[in-house]
Amino acid sequence: MSIIDAPAAARPGTLGDSVLRPDGTAKVQGSFEFSSDLSAEGCVWGATLRSPHPYARIRSIDVSGAWKVPGVLAVITADDVPGERTYGLIVPDQPVFAADIVRYVGEPIAAVAGDDPEVCRRAVDAIRVDYEVLEPLLDAEAALDPNTPAIHPDGNVIASQPVVHGDPEATADVVVEGTYEVGMQDQAFLGLEAALAIPDPGGRSLEVYVATQWMHEDRRQMADCLGLDPESVRLVLGGVGGAFGAREDISLQIHTSLLALRLGRPVRMAYDRAESFLGHVHRHPAQIWMRHHATADGELVKVESRMVFDGGAYASTSSAVLLNAVTQAPGPYRCPNAVIEGHAVRTNHLPCGAMRGFGVVQICFAHESQMDKLADACGVDPWELRLRNAMRTGDTTITGQVVQNVAPVEECLRETAALPLPDEPVGGRPRSDGLVDVMKVPGGAGRTTDAADVVRGIGWGVSIKNLMYSAGFDDYATARCRLGAGVAMLKFATVEVGQGFVTLAGQIARSILGVDDVVLGRIDTQIGSAGSTSASRQTWMSGGAVASACRAVRDRLFLHVAEQHGVDPENLVIDGTDIRDETTGWRIAVADASAGIDIDETVVYRHQDTEPLDENGQGDCHVGFVFVAHRAVVDVDPELGLVKVVQIATAQDVGRALNPLSITGQIEGGIAQGLGLAVMEEIIQTDGVIRNGNFTDYLLPTFLDMPDVVATLIEQPDPMAPLGAKGVGEPPTISSTPAIVAAIRDALRQVDGVGRALDRVPVRPADICLPARASSPPAAG
Amino acid sequence: MSDQFTLRVNGADHDVRDSWLGESLLEVLRNRIGLLGSKGACEQGECGSCSVVVDGELVCSCLVMAASAIGQSITTVEGIAPDGAPSDVQRAFVDAGAVQCGFCTPGLIVAVHSLLESDGEPSDTEVREALAGNLCRCTGYGRILEAVERVVVERRR
Repeated sequence: MSIIDAPAAARPGTLGDSVLRPDGTAKVQGSFEFSSDLSAEGCVWGATLRSPHPYARIRSIDVSGAWKVPGVLAVITADDVPGERTYGLIVPDQPVFAADIVRYVGEPIAAVAGDDPEVCRRAVDAIRVDYEVLEPLLDAEAALDPNTPAIHPDGNVIASQPVVHGDPEATADVVVEGTYEVGMQDQAFLGLEAALAIPDPGGRSLEVYVATQWMHEDRRQMADCLGLDPESVRLVLGGVGGAFGAREDISLQIHTSLLALRLGRPVRMAYDRAESFLGHVHRHPAQIWMRHHATADGELVKVESRMVFDGGAYASTSSAVLLNAVTQAPGPYRCPNAVIEGHAVRTNHLPCGAMRGFGVVQICFAHESQMDKLADACGVDPWELRLRNAMRTGDTTITGQVVQNVAPVEECLRETAALPLPDEPVGGRPRSDGLVDVMKVPGGAGRTTDAADVVRGIGWGVSIKNLMYSAGFDDYATARCRLGAGVAMLKFATVEVGQGFVTLAGQIARSILGVDDVVLGRIDTQIGSAGSTSASRQTWMSGGAVASACRAVRDRLFLHVAEQHGVDPENLVIDGTDIRDETTGWRIAVADASAGIDIDETVVYRHQDTEPLDENGQGDCHVGFVFVAHRAVVDVDPELGLVKVVQIATAQDVGRALNPLSITGQIEGGIAQGLGLAVMEEIIQTDGVIRNGNFTDYLLPTFLDMPDVVATLIEQPDPMAPLGAKGVGEPPTISSTPAIVAAIRDALRQVDGVGRALDRVPVRPADICLPARASSPPAAG
Repeated sequence: MSDQFTLRVNGADHDVRDSWLGESLLEVLRNRIGLLGSKGACEQGECGSCSVVVDGELVCSCLVMAASAIGQSITTVEGIAPDGAPSDVQRAFVDAGAVQCGFCTPGLIVAVHSLLESDGEPSDTEVREALAGNLCRCTGYGRILEAVERVVVERRR
């Protein structure tokens, strides 16, 4: 891909260079320690008993059978939680162990510790719970009805958020509407949940190695429930095998710690895949109605929407997910008037919370589907329609916030359109022997598709995504830099989940300090919080903190050099690996200048203030925004309902490309997850019971599903961002989904001139090949 | 419980004690022999994180009983480049940006070596088909394909 090969003016290892991962060699050799690889002297195992019912009253719990299993060392229930009995990221509404009511299939009830995992499994099976099974609440719409009995003391509505902007009565020549549905997606990181808790002698403090996204927030919730001071809970990052939002909430942290403190010896817990599906939050399923009003030539006048997000049994981050969706309902377009109503509700489904895109994925599928309907109704090309409405810097969002960021929506659209379409013919290029390459046709090696039936479609998706935490949250990151003898040592609690902050941190230090050698300290809670590795925020936030710490060290180094050599510190700059006097040209190597000194600075970086929304959903609630465009090309077998995504083209707003290779990885990986939501990934629950909680039945994109990605980066350094760079992790996932669905619609329209609404993701074969259901009328044409 | 048995892993004999009869090769490699490079992520042979080579055949070690591999030659990611220096495939993965979280990586390294030993000039489709049993959730596979291509070109020289 050209963006990687572009000649870098940057000094090797510094910002702008495609620096390689410092942990890469350990990872390819299998020696990198993931949290599931960790053990300790005298370590025993833990396991969790979980509810088989979506909603039931617990009449009694009899653990005596578990104690009879040889090798069992501890059995704990809600009665054994010494501190707070509930926890949660925003509101503490989730029990550590269910005591009287279970609210979803998989809710923890007890935990055991034993000599090995098999002992633990037998002990868990031997616990007898007497349930009074209750009628579960499974309909998100019913959860909004005040007459529906509450399934939780906090009620069934987790959050409601209106946005009313401009003239709520406004209308225009063209009106299109639709109702869209998004299924529940799983983050499906490969590295399963695992933790190792090592108690200190005396049992009043401990060290916990865990794969997480936010160390200090874990620590806060753990300390509350363990009845300890936060300082008594030391977290160390265990190697993280992917996250994508699923590790933002507590899973096994508290259970493992409780067992370790109870026993006074190290305990490790590790989920298998089936337990992982139950043990972490998922992407919210959503029902979204939208009505767009536009002038005859397609200029947006008003957007209306009513959306209901199913939060499952506990609140997690539902209110923040909802805030993202309602505030960005029109997408990356100017829209003077809006009437939005959003709700996040509680049901007896699996709890939902953070996943890459965080509320914007759901609303983007709806608003981009609407933009296509609008283009159709106005007789305007879908790309052209988006261009006419493209947001620019200085435009006002529907919350009344002026977009101060670089906002190159038009450039994203134009640059994406300029990327070459695939040269692969419809149905794939035949093999050298002239036969159809079955791996290139929809359905692949099943050989069911006749290549002659395949139809190609093209579709567009464009998105806006807020960066960092919003609505007045005190969002900050801490970093420490220490310089001596030409070596910079960095320390932070920024969680590395695979995204590459460990690479970027070194680049920042090399650029700012002119050093080549950078040593990273252990990622743990022995320094202030870096906030969460989520919301595409660490390049900006922890990048800002590391940069600030390095600059503070550099300024002190300049003072030292000025004193030693009789130069003016105001005239000194870093030039490569030298310090140079800009007036005289005098220079000294940083390695020499920093010999024999030890400069140590810790800095906390905060972004600009945000504010909560008022009762009309107005306010400067977001820090900043990022933008992206996607063009999808798909081949469809309309008779069998099979889809092969042929190519995704994308131009992404990155501010400044600090590591093009790393950005490419985020773009391609994010698109794979967007493709998954478009055509294959969904957690199926029947009567509140998960039916496909394993990798045989929950389908993930493979090498054969993933198309070529052609990408270009829109580099317009953002003056608001500390390094000019925007976060890049979420945008690829967001609008790739609607682009693929639009391309499928485009293909099907060519078949019968009517097409299919495809108002639900993931799109299933039956949605394509069978006559439209009553609930999915054909798209207005 | 079975008696003690011996597995030949990466050219060395390892005594396995206290293993139960049906224990998977993956569990024995990780928990009895202490070779943690092979990863488990699905327990069903769907993700390929546990890929190892047994008598020349690429297998998911989570689906193979350890006891059935007695007398066979087992190669794990730790045995790909025995002298500790990365192999050409391992180097290419790092250089091409094919590694993010790295959890799928050991299995992919083993799978790519296995593929290129049987076919030094695979087409794009053949590479994708051969590696379709190895899931990666981070990369979207693009940089992995690039890494494989680099090795093919390098070995051609």
